[in-house]
Amino acid sequence: MQAPDPGPMPYAHEYGTRLMVSAAVATTGIMVDGVPLKLKLRRAERMRKLKAVGLVAPLFLFIVVSFGIPIVVMLFNSIYDPYVAKLTPRTAVALAAWDGNDLPAEPVFEALALDLKDAQKAKQAALIGRRLNYELSGARSKLIVSAKAAAKLETGPYKEALIAADPMWGEHGTWTLLKRTTRAYTPYFFLSSIDLRYDANGEIEPVPEGEAVYQAVFVRTLLISATVTALTLVLGFPLAYLLATLPARTANILLIFVLMSFWTSLLVRTTAWFVLLQTQGPINDFLFYTGIVGERIQLIYTRFGTITAMTHIQLPFTLLPIYSVMKGISPSHVRAARSLGAGPFYAFWRVYFPQTMPGIAAGCLLTFILCLGYYITPSLVGGPTDQLISTYVALFVSSAGNWGMGSALGTILLVATLILFFIYNRLVGIERMRLN
Amino acid sequence: MSKHDRRFSLVLAGVAALGLAMTGQASAEDSITVVSWGGAYQASQKGAYYDPYLADKGVKVIEEEYTGDIAKMRAMVESGNVTWDVIDVDAATALAGCDQGFLEELDYDKIGQPREKFVVGGANDCAVATIVYATVYGYDAGNLPAEWNGQVPTTVADFFDLQKFPGKRGIYKKPFVNLEWALVADGVAQADVYDMLRTPEGLDRAFAKLDTIKDVAVWWEAGAQAAEILGNGEVVMSQAWNGRLYNAVKNEGRKFVIVWDHQALDFDFWAIMKGTPKLDAAYAFIAYASDPVNMARQSQFIAYGPSHADAIPFVPADVLKDLPTAPDHMPTAFTVDATFWGDNSEGLQERFNAWLAQ
Repeated sequence: MQAPDPGPMPYAHEYGTRLMVSAAVATTGIMVDGVPLKLKLRRAERMRKLKAVGLVAPLFLFIVVSFGIPIVVMLFNSIYDPYVAKLTPRTAVALAAWDGNDLPAEPVFEALALDLKDAQKAKQAALIGRRLNYELSGARSKLIVSAKAAAKLETGPYKEALIAADPMWGEHGTWTLLKRTTRAYTPYFFLSSIDLRYDANGEIEPVPEGEAVYQAVFVRTLLISATVTALTLVLGFPLAYLLATLPARTANILLIFVLMSFWTSLLVRTTAWFVLLQTQGPINDFLFYTGIVGERIQLIYTRFGTITAMTHIQLPFTLLPIYSVMKGISPSHVRAARSLGAGPFYAFWRVYFPQTMPGIAAGCLLTFILCLGYYITPSLVGGPTDQLISTYVALFVSSAGNWGMGSALGTILLVATLILFFIYNRLVGIERMRLN
Repeated sequence: MSKHDRRFSLVLAGVAALGLAMTGQASAEDSITVVSWGGAYQASQKGAYYDPYLADKGVKVIEEEYTGDIAKMRAMVESGNVTWDVIDVDAATALAGCDQGFLEELDYDKIGQPREKFVVGGANDCAVATIVYATVYGYDAGNLPAEWNGQVPTTVADFFDLQKFPGKRGIYKKPFVNLEWALVADGVAQADVYDMLRTPEGLDRAFAKLDTIKDVAVWWEAGAQAAEILGNGEVVMSQAWNGRLYNAVKNEGRKFVIVWDHQALDFDFWAIMKGTPKLDAAYAFIAYASDPVNMARQSQFIAYGPSHADAIPFVPADVLKDLPTAPDHMPTAFTVDATFWGDNSEGLQERFNAWLAQ
């Protein structure tokens, strides 16, 4: 940083007699009325800042409370899974010393038995079982049985008693799993979100082919979003150009059509497509009765249906920024190019098109990012292979009650979006973007 | 602040406190919030319980709908802001809600009915069965495909038979019942189905069988969708909960035919949200709804059977024949194994979703 500018010396050159005073002002910053200039300036600045902060504060607080905090909680949920650690404090300590070879020794079994006893009393044993069940199917009821058995145990040896209650305690894999889950911070949800898991020895391995799903879904989410963005650009650009060049009266009427669809709720538009695309719906009726197709074709529950509906819904989001940028481009530029001898295409491509780039950039980015989060449209008009990542987030959060998985998937989507945004910024430059 | 002002604000505070106390008291006695699954099913509860409850006891039931989401229950209980009182849950939610402490542990003395009067598996720690329903499949006799050559499906195997009965199938987008049916259609005896599903080979076999109808599947998620897609010709046969098809026939004049073969019997339960401020009112409502005479009323509105043994004599004979538990329907019926699904629903739903996404 440079040293702060001492500021102009307003009096020095005007009044020779006051040269000395002014020099004093300049060096000490004390004004004639005795208040230092810096202080005055700072006071004025502070007032302005306070006003600005006061005006922004309500929105800022609102965003922090309704947006910032939930996102931080979400990020946190994806790695923080404290239930087992909280419910099995003794086992956690005992297992920390376990070397991971063979079965743990009697003290560990004793610790587990005492923890299970407490958990059973507090009626929370099922919570431990639930978490183990994520990685070991069937562990839920086995743990509940073990906890009931543990509650009846008075003295050791606990090892035999627990293995008798359920043979799963005699297996090495159960203990590596239990040791992992007694740590409150876990990478498990992130691993699952990219189709990885722990094997019985605690090594990370890919899940079997038939059970891998999320990598493919992430790729699909990006692909569908990119396709929809490209389609809205191809359809929206000529329309925006038309709207921007037509006489105002006609353009406004056409614009109303665009805005009408923009103003209609997403759910309503999706439902409309749901009706249109049905096998017994109007589009199929038309194709069938005019003889264009001999047999009704499958439109709904397909990738085609999903992309069509999403493109329709997203069109105004891409079109409107492009349109508003085009409105600001002076027609004299192209005329000048033409008069200098450029052909119509050359003039358009070299003079007009580059000026629309900020609008294209803004529109495409907006559409792409909105598409990444699509949920209702694919689930209504798409088939099972057209679902985007949000569907799985919703599934985990609302029906499976596994918030860790929902958070991990959401976090990956958020990070992927931020990375794309960063790349985009490097390529296009966010400061060139114009929304209106 | 002047003396006058202070007196005024004291009066205000008093009025406000009085108002709060009154609304609190009034709502505790006059109304109760009951959450259910919407559609024809909730309408039947309104007819059988909610309306008579207001007439008999003067307590208004405020209805809410959900689709079995456990997330909302969890959020409510964890935030300490419980606005639901009584909730209608399926077996899986009853189990999970009890495990995770979202549901109140029931005191059967307060319900006034002994546990053993309910169907086997119907009197749980946190939930008491209210109806017996069945997952069945049906077809539309008013719109039979020409390719079927006048034949109609009669077994679960027919549901999987694309040669004899070509056309799309409506299927519930969950592994429940689908895995069981896949094995049954593949020739496994009913008694062995759950043992087999507990082995990896059995699961592979079930998924392999489901593979054969995956291309013609239209997946539904809400109960009302099944009757919808069958009615509009999107599918030629659809899996459904029997009451949904029954009501489409009874109330909308549809010509749906239910195939009673290997129907999967399951229960819906009443449960109480943990931490509800109206605990006593919630018990009072469940006690009313579990009374055999009141319970028998519901089957007049939807073809689901009562879960209480003493309620069956109160069901009219012409209604009884359409229930999933009617003697004619019972030879191949089986009860969904709640323990199996309690243990495996998470793992299998994940595998099922992965299978769907491929």
